[in-house]
Parts: sequence; structure tokens; C-alpha cells
Amino acid sequence: MANATDVAETNAPARKLPVEANIFLVLIGIAVFFEVLGWIVKGDTFLFNPQRLLIMVLQVSIIGLLAIGVTQVIITGGIDLSSGSVLALSAMVAASFAQTSDYTRAVFPMFTDMPFLVPVLAGIAVGALAGFINGSLIAYTAIPPFIATLGMMVTARGLARYYTKGQPISLLSEEYMWLGSGTIPVIIFLMAAFIFHIALRFTRYGKFTYATGANVQAAKVSGINVGRHLIKVYTLAGLLAGLGGVVAAARAGSGQAGMGLAYELDAIAAAVIGGTSLAGGVGRITGTVIGTIILGTMMSGFTFLGIDAYIQDIVKGGIIVAAVVADQYRQRKRAKV
Amino acid sequence: MSLSTQEAVRENKGAAAQQKYLLEVDSVRKEFPGVVALDDVNLRIRPGTVHALMGENGAGKSTLMKIIAGIYQPDRGEVRLGGKQVQMATPLDALEQGVAMIHQELNLMPFMTIAENIWIRREPLTKLGFVDHKALRENTKRLFDRLNINLDPETEVRDLSIANRQMVEIAKAISYESDVLIMDEPTSALTDREVEHLFQIIASLKADGKGIVYITHKMDEVFEIADDVSVFRDGKYIGTDLASNLDSDQLIRMMVGREITQMFPKEEVPIGDVVLSVKDLCLDGVFENVNFELRAGEILGVAGLVGSGRTNVAETIYGVTPATGGSITVFGETVEIKTPAEAMGHGMALLTEDRKDTGLFLMLDIQENMQIALLSQDHVKAGFVAESAVSKLCTEMSNALRVKTPGMNERIENLSGGNQQKVLIGRWLLTKPRILILDEPTRGIDVGAKAEIHKLITKLAGEGVAVLMISSEMPEVLGMSDRVMVMHEGHVTGILDRAEADQVSVMRLASN
Repeated sequence: MANATDVAETNAPARKLPVEANIFLVLIGIAVFFEVLGWIVKGDTFLFNPQRLLIMVLQVSIIGLLAIGVTQVIITGGIDLSSGSVLALSAMVAASFAQTSDYTRAVFPMFTDMPFLVPVLAGIAVGALAGFINGSLIAYTAIPPFIATLGMMVTARGLARYYTKGQPISLLSEEYMWLGSGTIPVIIFLMAAFIFHIALRFTRYGKFTYATGANVQAAKVSGINVGRHLIKVYTLAGLLAGLGGVVAAARAGSGQAGMGLAYELDAIAAAVIGGTSLAGGVGRITGTVIGTIILGTMMSGFTFLGIDAYIQDIVKGGIIVAAVVADQYRQRKRAKV
Repeated sequence: MSLSTQEAVRENKGAAAQQKYLLEVDSVRKEFPGVVALDDVNLRIRPGTVHALMGENGAGKSTLMKIIAGIYQPDRGEVRLGGKQVQMATPLDALEQGVAMIHQELNLMPFMTIAENIWIRREPLTKLGFVDHKALRENTKRLFDRLNINLDPETEVRDLSIANRQMVEIAKAISYESDVLIMDEPTSALTDREVEHLFQIIASLKADGKGIVYITHKMDEVFEIADDVSVFRDGKYIGTDLASNLDSDQLIRMMVGREITQMFPKEEVPIGDVVLSVKDLCLDGVFENVNFELRAGEILGVAGLVGSGRTNVAETIYGVTPATGGSITVFGETVEIKTPAEAMGHGMALLTEDRKDTGLFLMLDIQENMQIALLSQDHVKAGFVAESAVSKLCTEMSNALRVKTPGMNERIENLSGGNQQKVLIGRWLLTKPRILILDEPTRGIDVGAKAEIHKLITKLAGEGVAVLMISSEMPEVLGMSDRVMVMHEGHVTGILDRAEADQVSVMRLASN
């Protein structure tokens, strides 16, 4: 069929550094920057403090869960603005099933002291349902993802408030709160990242996700049921936001309707910093994980240096824009080759 | 070729030779990556005439008009207006120098009024610098009175029919009071009554001494309104003559009169049973009552001008745009096909017309591009792709099709057009189709890759695959097909056997 040289030629992989290498260098750069500043300003180490390293990831692991979901949505060429609100709704629902019977004013007095899995599954299910609604709207009414998820963002936040008329849900079971203790949120985040990394790289779900974002017409002609696939992707994103809500409520020890405010934007930022292209078709979970940790490093770094929280936001905004500009520049350079 | 010299001589002797020209195009050349779109092309427009440009798809008419209208820049040659050499860097430049173009596609802003659309960028202003809506309305009214157009200037464009939008577009171009007016198939969206109206407008423009460049595929229009006719073919200028000196047969011969020098690897293979039978297939407003049969081992070529409905028929059979009437029978079973996935289930594959728009995943690599159709059918266990098996299949296919690439994980956008096309063909061959629909299989690719793809199509037919091949390239259609189906404006105008199909017979059916 083909001669030997042909085979050798086509089998030789073109060795290139993965895109993540660049992002990883940025992370190292930021970490070193804080390390140096730390010695100058405070005479103390920034990085060589295990407690701080843990917090660095811990404080962004919930955003990280949302980011894993939104990365997949962005790869399909869409966007999910609802994840922060869906997180809050899921946190409320999960917390309402996690209360102990010591509390006389529980939301569902007959559902107190439930086994640990009940609130967890309830929270995840609510998130998945919200995602399913997002996906169905996008697939079958052809409204833009921006609008569909904007609607869900407002509605889910409203539902979260309406659920208890704005009251927080507290006194949660020890068992349930274990989910938010110590390194558990970090482990959940990294496990989810691993699972979806595998899913995107090695399953048909992953291949279809990239194909849909790279060229939706070509994907349809290739026999992909694009509508059904989008529903899957948005449902999984919702499920991850639901999981985020479950962990957030466990970590806070209560469900609050104001949880996860503007988290969707941090999640999108993490994905974009991590190299996911808003044009669709491009992005990896590894990049998003690094992007998430970059956000965490900056938060920790500024806190460590005692810099005003408002300045954090100013710098974060700049970094997000810089990441996209750098990405555009890379794309254009590639196009010229 | 002898024809073209003959025509050129005739042109020199023609009545036109002594007059002063409004527009002269001299030896203009334009190349795009991989194609010479225009090769030493000439054009002379006399004042007070309609000059028709004729030629097949890809003859270079539209490219030439885009150069005159300042959309493209020529690589070589010059354009003169009223005897003065001009350079038009942008469409705005061209407008200011007296060339206006009515585009084939509509460029109006739907949420603005007719008046706002016509005078955009030229709005009359009040002393304070606000737009003077009263003057805007009156200017429009005056223009419409002159052109006999009966529309309210305050209507929003989105409320107009397509035909009325086209009339607004025409009025807008005329409002620039240009010396030269280019009309690119202006009647394609108009009904007979409006065409009549347009022709009256054209007559009055002629009387004012304007020059009108008129691109069309419709023979009857040419003979009705054109004074001069210039013919182009494969980017070359063939000749100009007075319309009154020509008849439609002569014109067709000028348009298609190329010598077929390419050799096609067409082989006689045993033709099998009918595998696809299409009866009275309709897609509302696009095509009607399409009937044909396709047999195993047969290559059925589909010819017709762009917009004749060829691609729509293919997309309807394949379930991209489900039919609104008629029936499709595959392997003796009448089926309803509503999605591409269903079509694939019946053993079909469709190589789409526009590689970039509907074929390639530009940012993905070769294997990811090639495997996608296969994955929607097979080689997946519990959701996981059988990576090593799929990778082996793709590599083998890539080698068999001689895709030139450093590796299977090269991004497909880094490949040449020919190699991209081979990858897309590979995508479909991996699904082992029994009915292969190819829409412009060799558009925009180099000669070598073209020949390889032709050889491959012949080989597939030899293996019993039924091939439906749409092509704008006459030599390809004639060289490869067992039979040729010709379409014109949503209708099948004829199906010719290989023996009776030649350039003239096909072109006649295609332009009616």
C-alpha cells in the first residue's frame, strides 16, 4: 500500500511543546515574582510554605470545578454564564438536605439527619438539571448560549434566594461538612480535572466536543447529532457547578444564596488564561487547571504582600486580557506560517 | 484558440473601435494562491451602451468586476477611466472616481430606512451637524421619481421583499451618478415585472451616456439589452463583439470552446443495479421535481451554474436540508432521510462543496479530521475511542491517498488545498460508503492532486461504489461521468449519456 519511507514519515510525531508549557511558564513566573517581592518586602518566603501552597489551590478549587465545566462549553464554541448562580442554587438545595435534627427550624424537618449521599446527589442533580435546561434551549431554540445561560444565571440566583426567602441554611451534619474540610476540595477538584481530561482526550464525547466547536457544519455533515451533544456538554457543566455548590456549602458549613457571586467570570478567566479559545475547537483541561492555579497564586500573593483586595481585581483583569491578546498573537503567527 | 484570434480581429474592425471609451482595462492579471484568476484581460466600455460579460463559473468575470470596483487590486495591467489611468485602492475610491457596483449579494442594513441606506455616509446635514431627515427624504423621493420606483423612503429595509431590496440597491448605485455602473446578475432576485422595470431604468441610463457592465448567465437578457458582449473563459479574455452580430449558439461556443487537453482516467466498469433512486424530489423554493437513478459502479456527473440547485439536491438527499416532497429509494427501500447520520446509516457519504466552511476542522490535526465520521459509527467501546485501531486506519488511509504531511498530528490548516481535500475524502472512505456524493471534488487544488483524485474516483466506481459528482468544471464532468445530469434554476433540464454529452450540449441545457 505504502512504501517504507512513507510510513516512517507519517509516523514520526512532530515534537512540539504542548500549549500548556507556555501557561506553566507564566505560572512559574508569577510565583517567582511573588517570591522575590516577598523577600524584599517582608523578608519571608512565599513559596516554601506548605500551608500557603495548600491554600493557594484550596481557595480556587471550587472555581476550578466550574472552570472544568466551562472549558468544555467554550470548546464547543459556547459560553456558560450561569455556573456561579447554579452553584448557589445547588448549595442551597444540598444544604437543605444536610441539616441535623438538633435544629428546630430546619428547612425540611422530616429530612434531617439524612445519609451523606442524599444532599450530595440532590445538589449535583439540581446543577445537572440547570445545565440540561441550558443545553436544551441552545440546541432546540437556537438562541445564543450567551443569552440562554444569562437567563439561567438570573433565574438560578433568584431560585436560590427564593428557596429560603434569603435565609442561610446552617447546622449541617458533620459527615457532610467533611467534604469541605482540609484538602478534600482540592482532591475533588483534581479528580474531576483528571476525569474530564481523560474524557476530552480519549472518548468519543471528547472528539465530538472539539469537532462541534471547530466547525459545527462539518460536524453535522459527519453524522454528529450536534444538538444532543451540546445538551450533554451543558449538562455536564451544570453537574460540575452543582458539585461546586455541594463542596462550597460543606466548606462554609451553610448554604447561602449569595454564594459563588461572579464565580462564572473567574471560571471563564481560568479557562481562557489556560489557553481555551473563545472561538471554539481549542482548549485543554490541563491548561484550565494551570489557569485556575494562576488565579489562586495571585490571590495568595497579594494577600501575602498585604496588598489591597481591590488591586487584586485590577491586576486580574489585566492578566485576563493579556492572556487573550497573547493567544490571538500566537494564532496569527501560526496562520502566517 | 483560433476562435479567440478571430474574435479579436473582428473587435478591431468593429464599429466600437473609433470611439472614446468610458472604461478601459488593459492586460490585467490577477493571481490568487494556486490559481490565475485573470490572465491578460482586456475590456472596453463605450458610453451609452450595455456591455454584457459572459462566461462559465470561474471564468473570471466577477474577479474582473471586483478589480474595476476597487475590491481587488490587479497584479499587473492598468485600468483607465475616461482615458486616464486610475488606481482604486478601495470600493470608496472607485465610487469617487465614477464606478459604482450593484452586488449580487445584498448589502443593505435591514434596521435602517430606505433613505438612510441609500445616502449612508452622504447624509445631508443641518447647520448644527445633525442629519437633515427632511432633505434625506426629499432626495430619495426625487431619485425614486426619476427611476419610477414606488416605495416609501421611510420604510425599514427589513420590511421589503427581496426584489424591492434589489431595486433599492440599484437606486443606491445610481444615486452616485457614476459614469460606469456594474451590475452583477441583477435580475436573479427579480420577478418578470421588475426585470422589465430594470430594463427601462437601464435604457434611461444609456440615454444619459452611462456605461453599464452587465454580468449575466441568461442568454435572452443578453440579446434583449446588450450592445456589446465580451466573453471570458478560464480567466482569459476570449473576445468582444456586437450583440447583434451573435446568436446564442455562437455565444455558447465562445464560452465553452476550450480544447480538452486533460486526460481523464475514466474506465469502463460494469454498471450494477440501481442503488439510489430519486423521484419528484422537491425542496420548497429551491428545486422541484428532481428525478434520477444512480447505479452501482456508475459516475453520474451533475452540471449547472452556481445557484442552479445542484448542491441543494445533494444536501437534501444527504439529509442536511430534508426534502419537502418526493421520495428517495436506497437499495430498493424507500427511506426518509432527515439527518446526515441517517444518510450515513444508508451507506451514503457527502464531500461538501466548501472545504473550509463545511468540511475541515481547521484547528484540529489530520487524524482528528479524518476519524470523525468513522467515530460516529464504530470503533468506540464504552465511550472510549479505540485509539490504536483508529490511528492505524487513518495512517493507512493517509498513505494510500498519499497525503503529504510531516505527521498525522499536523494541524490540517498547514496542509495544501489538495492534501486537505484528500484528508476529507479519506474521512468518507473510512466509512466504506456505497453511495458517494462529491460536490466539487477538485475545486481549488493543484493539477497533480486533481489527477490523483480523479484516479481514485474511477477506482472507487470500479469497486462498485455509486458516485454522484457535482462539478463546475466542464472537462471534469465530461471526462469522468457515465452520464451527465444538467440543472438550471432548480430544475433538471436533461440527463445526457456519455456519448451525447459535450460542452455545447451541456452548456445549452445549463443556460437554457
